[in-house]
Amino acid sequence: MTKIRLLVGTKKGAFVLTSDGARRNWQVSGPFFAGWEVYHLKGSPADPNRIYASQSSGWFGQIIQRSDNGGKTWNTPGSTPEELKGPGGFPKGESNKFVYSGTVGTHKWYDGTQHPWEFKRVWHVEPSLTDPNTAYAGVEDAAIFKTTDGGKTWSELPGLRAARGELWQPGAGGMAVHTILLDPKNAQRMYVAISAAGAFRTDDGGATWKPINRGLKSNFELPDPDAAVGHCVHRIALHPSRPDVLFMQKHWDVMRTDDAGEQWREVSGNLPTDFGFPIDVHAHEPDTVYVVPIKSDSEHYPPEGKLRVYRSKVGGNEWEPLTNGLPQANCFVNVLRDAMSVDSLDPCGVYFGTTGGQVYGSADGGDSWTAIVRDLPPVYSVEAQALP
Amino acid sequence: MIRVVLPFHLRNLAGIAGEVPLDVNGPVTIQAVLDALEAKYPVLCGTIREHGTLKRRSLVRFFACKEDWSDRPADAPLPDAIAQGTEPLLIIGAMAGG
Repeated sequence: MTKIRLLVGTKKGAFVLTSDGARRNWQVSGPFFAGWEVYHLKGSPADPNRIYASQSSGWFGQIIQRSDNGGKTWNTPGSTPEELKGPGGFPKGESNKFVYSGTVGTHKWYDGTQHPWEFKRVWHVEPSLTDPNTAYAGVEDAAIFKTTDGGKTWSELPGLRAARGELWQPGAGGMAVHTILLDPKNAQRMYVAISAAGAFRTDDGGATWKPINRGLKSNFELPDPDAAVGHCVHRIALHPSRPDVLFMQKHWDVMRTDDAGEQWREVSGNLPTDFGFPIDVHAHEPDTVYVVPIKSDSEHYPPEGKLRVYRSKVGGNEWEPLTNGLPQANCFVNVLRDAMSVDSLDPCGVYFGTTGGQVYGSADGGDSWTAIVRDLPPVYSVEAQALP
Repeated sequence: MIRVVLPFHLRNLAGIAGEVPLDVNGPVTIQAVLDALEAKYPVLCGTIREHGTLKRRSLVRFFACKEDWSDRPADAPLPDAIAQGTEPLLIIGAMAGG
């Protein structure tokens, strides 16, 4: 019997929500890593019981956790007794060692000067589509790291920062690789998105990257609205059957490309506001897209206090509000960029978490919603897994 | 045998209950204590001092015999009471304020 597992990262720990395929009754376990910020958890498509989690703290830094049993128990990778010592007896403890490759270099700082890159935390972990021991980590200050040993050690793919990194300048929310998309049809191709830098693509497995921001316009964020880098991309998404088509929620504007980012066009259409954070694509309908409009960059809550998911069934421009089961008065939460996910059942399940601690789910593609849980800490991320 | 007290989150992370007893070879300094602590609990690497630079994380504090040793040289000898184990070295997370 099919089960659904939701991996929920919050400001004060991680939670695992499970249900059968009906998706009506949910069990909640957690908090795991209680009191720590959990920016993201994600399971391996090749082994759904292998889950990676990013646990961090302003005091004690970054920790990577791994579960090999679907979230029941967790360990820092490499922490079994036989793994703890290197040949010389020196402790390993390197699963949280994110050190930039080579000469660290600099990026643009708030005052316009150049500033050294400083690792702060892992925002997003993206496991390989085929190998449970391989995963990518998107980090702040913006860079991408890779592990091939199940998270025991991480190495930077420095070609990303070579894509005009000296021009990247953090915004108020920092500067992080927050989105990593793997092309299921081309193992050499990946996309990343970086707040306040833009979207980037590699066609050689991460060795070299290029900005893919043509068509984005940032009239009120950049002195040159058409700059090659510097755009505040909040999230990008693709459908596995059509990986050259990307949808983007930018700071302002919902965008679409049909040629792997060579050219973007706006598809905001009739949205009440085109500011927002998450964007996702239906599991079975490549032209069905979901966004959660937020009033503005100054007021991070839904317009009119009504929490509405908007769905386009035609790849953008024409959007319909989905409100059944969502609060339509006095709702002033936000939905963060990594806090929306879809499952692969039919009908498709859609889920999102809020800064108010609610996780909402729809078992019918967004037509109706229920609150799976209401009082978690602020939700940073939601990932859905369909399990056999 | 010296004694180290860790903050709640690091005790949980390392699976430690109570104080940590440590044998330190040579002069008892902050650096020597942290070397011994990380050797015994590698999961703590990077949580008290940065990987690579070994700089103290900015919101971690070291208290010894009611004095703040956070900004003293890491190779400075700690007080005798710490070295002899009559007083614990406190590693704490800075107060959040607010």
